[in-house]
Amino acid sequence: MFGRDFKMTLSNATVAVRFQDVSRHFGNVRAVDAVDLDIARGEFFAMLGPSGSGKTTCLRLIAGFEQPTSGHIEIFGETAEGVPPYRRAVNTVFQDYALFPHMNVLDNVAYGLMVKGVDRNQRLAKSEEALKLVALAGYGSRKPGQLSGGQRQRVALARALVNEPKVLLLDEPLGALDLKLREQMQVELKSLQRKLGITFIFVTHDQGEALSMADRVAIFNEGRIVQVGRPEDVYERPQTRFVADFVGSSNVLSPDFTKACGLGANWSSLRPEKIRVLSAKEKAARDVVSFPAQVTSVHYQGAITRINTRVKGDQVLSVSAPAAGLALGDKLTLAWPRSAMHVMGGEA
Amino acid sequence: MSDHVISDARGGLFRRISDWIFRRPNAFLILLFLPPLLWLGVVYIGSLLALLAHAFFSIDEFSGFIIYEPTLSTIAQLFNPANFDVILRTVLMAAAVTIAAAIIAYPFAYFAARYAKGKWKALFYILVMLPLWSSYLVKVYSWKLILAKEGIISWVAAKLHLTWLLDALLATPVLGGPSLSISYFGTFIVFVYIWLPFMILPTQAALERVPANLIEASSDLGGTPGQTFRHVIWPLALPGLIAGSIFTFSLTLGDYIVPQIVGSSAFYLGQAVYTLQGTAGNIPLAAAFTVVPILIMFVYLSIAKRMGAFNAL
Repeated sequence: MFGRDFKMTLSNATVAVRFQDVSRHFGNVRAVDAVDLDIARGEFFAMLGPSGSGKTTCLRLIAGFEQPTSGHIEIFGETAEGVPPYRRAVNTVFQDYALFPHMNVLDNVAYGLMVKGVDRNQRLAKSEEALKLVALAGYGSRKPGQLSGGQRQRVALARALVNEPKVLLLDEPLGALDLKLREQMQVELKSLQRKLGITFIFVTHDQGEALSMADRVAIFNEGRIVQVGRPEDVYERPQTRFVADFVGSSNVLSPDFTKACGLGANWSSLRPEKIRVLSAKEKAARDVVSFPAQVTSVHYQGAITRINTRVKGDQVLSVSAPAAGLALGDKLTLAWPRSAMHVMGGEA
Repeated sequence: MSDHVISDARGGLFRRISDWIFRRPNAFLILLFLPPLLWLGVVYIGSLLALLAHAFFSIDEFSGFIIYEPTLSTIAQLFNPANFDVILRTVLMAAAVTIAAAIIAYPFAYFAARYAKGKWKALFYILVMLPLWSSYLVKVYSWKLILAKEGIISWVAAKLHLTWLLDALLATPVLGGPSLSISYFGTFIVFVYIWLPFMILPTQAALERVPANLIEASSDLGGTPGQTFRHVIWPLALPGLIAGSIFTFSLTLGDYIVPQIVGSSAFYLGQAVYTLQGTAGNIPLAAAFTVVPILIMFVYLSIAKRMGAFNAL
């Protein structure tokens, strides 16, 4: 098991961003509370958590919009606290894009180069190139107000990337897009990151987005990081009930129920898709747990149907199964391999 | 209770009017706009046009009667040296007042928009509005006393051993005079004081509407605070400053009380109109003078538009 310290043992030469015991308090509110974290160079890192969990504040600490109340932040080995945003080789794609409404698209993209004193021809040429990178060549003379949400998103991306940042921060970058576009942008962002090799750190409350795009995910709750790991670690082996509940929608099994399944008296998690509905004749195999259950609700979701059931006592289990023609109140037998259960640490 | 889905059209005049309006939203709009349209269109614009039309009539020098025949002679009179002086003096004063008000107002508005919160913001509004709650005349007369030869300013200057500075100021050719209260400086100071709130409020509102995330974006992209101000805050808040300058400029152009109480006896546009339509009874020339500020504002706004002052709107 991992400890509570989420610093990977990275050597200094491979760390992009390092948080050492970083806190940010707003009055009595501990927005970020004693966070330790290492993010590797070239990594696609996701910060996942419900709203108010401190993930956005962490991003703003890296960008320099916030300064830590205490603790130490390093970006590429250099001390970052006390350094204003305009002196950091870090760029941000803002949640609502924050494009300058009085400038056209090309001037928006060229802004970072302009304030750094790059001469006009060179910066316009580079900006054209950046627009090409996000498939918006030829849109330079339009105003941001004339673009669709997805196009604005790309302009924001080009405006950040043209500065060749060491770290790119993305704050809920896909939040304002509709589903289809969001899925398309997920693919594009991922391939862009691979192509450029820049460290991407992105904040989201959408677990699907985090799991599908990130190399590693940090789960935030109440200003603290509760788990860091590869998407499959976080999904398959949640360390706390919060993670099990927040990432995907796991069944959280009480210590009593876990014990009844033949494991230790601890909280455990079980993914809905690991549970099977046994037919009447079938017998449970070895190492398979089975329980009678009663259907409490049925939610048709297209490819699968989610069936909520009540098992033994108060334990509630949801099951993801192909459409099964089940109705409210039906009695059935549920079965799952014991190995699909993940026993969590002692703490809740 | 009936079990109909749609309730009966019940009686009552207002209920029936509501139903009628629901079916004819355009009729409702017309009803809504009719009174202000009548007021603006007929009472306001109409009478203004009637007045302006007089600029193209002339006056019979002997009888004092208005000759209702179209002529440009009255307009031409504006270019007499005496009349043109009045126009030039007023425009220069209005420009000076506007620039000074903008310079004083901007930092104040900037602070209120970007830094003041809660109680401080309330205090800001009270400070700006407070002068507007007292009579205009009282304020102007108070200033006359403040600026007078034996007034507070010369007293303070004497105590600080700065009388020489005040004297040097008053010795400025044209602009100076025997005391502040009878010099162009005096008129200028009172104008700036009186119209300052009209510059501060729209500027503050415009600065407040500049989204905070654009300022962060600029900083994120490497813009220093100075660059962020120049490239983001200034252009986005400029329409507010222009709105304020329209107030201070046009209010100064039309005012005839301040220069009458504080300042040298030189005439301003408002005073010229006031005397011409009153004692002199020369309505056509008064009307011609009235055309001037309208034209000037028109020119001013076109220049502002051409310079891109409204691009961020």
